[in-house]
Amino acid sequence: MQATDPDIQWVEPPKLGLGERMYLPLFLQGLTTTTKHLVSAKVTVSYPDQEPEIDNPLIYRGVHRLNRDEQGRVKCVACFLCATACPAHCIDILGVESPWEDREKYPESFTIDELRCIFCGMCEQACPVDAIELTSLYNLTGRSREEMIFDKEKLLSVYDATKDKEPMKSAQLPPVTTPSTATPSTATSTSPTEGGA
Amino acid sequence: MLEPLIKIAVLLGGLMTAAAYFVLLERWIAAWVQDRLGPNRVGVPLTRIRLFGLGQPMADGGKFILKEEFMPAHVDKRLFLLAPISILAAALAVFAVIPFGSVLPASVYTLFGQDAATVASTEGPVPLVVAPGVDVGLLYVFALSSIAVYGVIVGGWASNNKYSFLGGLRSSAQLISYELPLGLAILSVVLASGSMNLDEIVHRQADSGVWFIFTQPLGFVVFVIAAFAEAARLPFDLPECEQELIGGYHTEYTGMKLLLFLVAEFLHMITAAFLIVLLFLGGWHIWGLAGPDEQVTWVGAVGRLIVLHLKVTGVIVFFMVVRWSWPRFRFDQLMALAWKVMLPLGMINLVAVAIFEELSLALQSQLGGWTLAISLLGSWLVCLGAWFGVAYATPMIGDNRVRKDIHTYEVDPQI
Repeated sequence: MQATDPDIQWVEPPKLGLGERMYLPLFLQGLTTTTKHLVSAKVTVSYPDQEPEIDNPLIYRGVHRLNRDEQGRVKCVACFLCATACPAHCIDILGVESPWEDREKYPESFTIDELRCIFCGMCEQACPVDAIELTSLYNLTGRSREEMIFDKEKLLSVYDATKDKEPMKSAQLPPVTTPSTATPSTATSTSPTEGGA
Repeated sequence: MLEPLIKIAVLLGGLMTAAAYFVLLERWIAAWVQDRLGPNRVGVPLTRIRLFGLGQPMADGGKFILKEEFMPAHVDKRLFLLAPISILAAALAVFAVIPFGSVLPASVYTLFGQDAATVASTEGPVPLVVAPGVDVGLLYVFALSSIAVYGVIVGGWASNNKYSFLGGLRSSAQLISYELPLGLAILSVVLASGSMNLDEIVHRQADSGVWFIFTQPLGFVVFVIAAFAEAARLPFDLPECEQELIGGYHTEYTGMKLLLFLVAEFLHMITAAFLIVLLFLGGWHIWGLAGPDEQVTWVGAVGRLIVLHLKVTGVIVFFMVVRWSWPRFRFDQLMALAWKVMLPLGMINLVAVAIFEELSLALQSQLGGWTLAISLLGSWLVCLGAWFGVAYATPMIGDNRVRKDIHTYEVDPQI
């Protein structure tokens, strides 16, 4: 490639005006900016003393939970879509024949290795029945590796602990306004307030 | 005999504490400018009292003391030890002639004014300077602060490390270059005040009520910029510049030896701030606090002390805020600024001050009270004119990019 190549675009720096050559206006400009920041509100959250505010818990990707349906049963139908979607391979499901009428399978065991999880939220997106969700619990700690492998009971208990503060997302999201109004039954059944709308 | 010792103790203790707390202030300002909180955890040791982080300097000092005294195998051991000692000794010795206050009344009873008890005392007021009445004070300050460059060069050389060596080289070139405009700015002040005694210079400003910043604005600008370079503060911190030279001349230093360098650096900044205040901002003077030293009361003396230290702190805060406002100069820009801009400006200022002094002596009888107003106006006009002239004549920003009209810029055809 030569310097005469028509593809090269030579960019000339802008000419300095008198104000820039005087240097003082630019200096004052910079000093004003720093002084503004010097006295402005700080963005630091002093974490152990002060809990961070999560703007929108619905889109926050924290610890997982397994949702229950209205009868208190696990909502999961053991379709393995989440385990397939998971890029970290941290979901392990053992699906067996369901004792209930409304589905064919249910998970006998459902474990998530929280140490392996990268909190990408793809399991949540993949789930056809909105059974697995990410909560806004951000301070996930444990004393051993075994403790960080969450089984079905633990994931359901996360739901029990967070269901009041964070209702199921399917209940929170606005109903899909397609012409056929084919909203999934799971979306409306859990929330009586939204059932009419 | 006791009096100088007490002053030295107060000064040394005060300076070391001040240097430690200015480190904290520097970190605070750095954090605040970046919308962070800054160090706010360390308070009283072994308790949960935080005191806004005021215990941080103690923790920092403890850390430095407890660090291993490591000396790399490849260094020149004697020079490696000598460098931090010499730089700190020089930085501290400067304060022998710098007044850290005005005077204290001779008698403890002089609270609000002269009363019967003080008349009996024959001693004069106590000057708040370790070595009072040094007539070559300013010369001494600059002789000693020039020694700082030896500490930097020797440290960089002895470290036997290319980063340190580059830092030392840059530092020598920078400090020597900026001593010229610094000297010119000081010369104007000496010319106007007729003395090199720092106390005299302050008195000169206090008695007339007109600080030298008003009569010599150009000199003030030159002095402040040169002082930034002499103290090796950003935007002129090329001797250190962490990003390029990983610390420059003190790259190889650890523990207490590094601490000596860092304290010396802060002392340089404090010296620079003191000089700016004493030479141009009227020292302890504020309108209403003037008057001869013999009649000063305790209230007045403490007031002067507070005013001086407030001014110095203000200048230091300015130093620290500027650090986050300006990017570092490139080395050729630094040199161009010193030789093409600062030196001419300093000379113009010196000539202008000389002319004004001469004229005001000659015209004092005819113009009377108008002399001051005319010289003030004249000096500001000179400042503006010189600034415009320099801005037109020498752009401070040099372009070092490849010029395509000279070089044929070829890229490897393989690409």
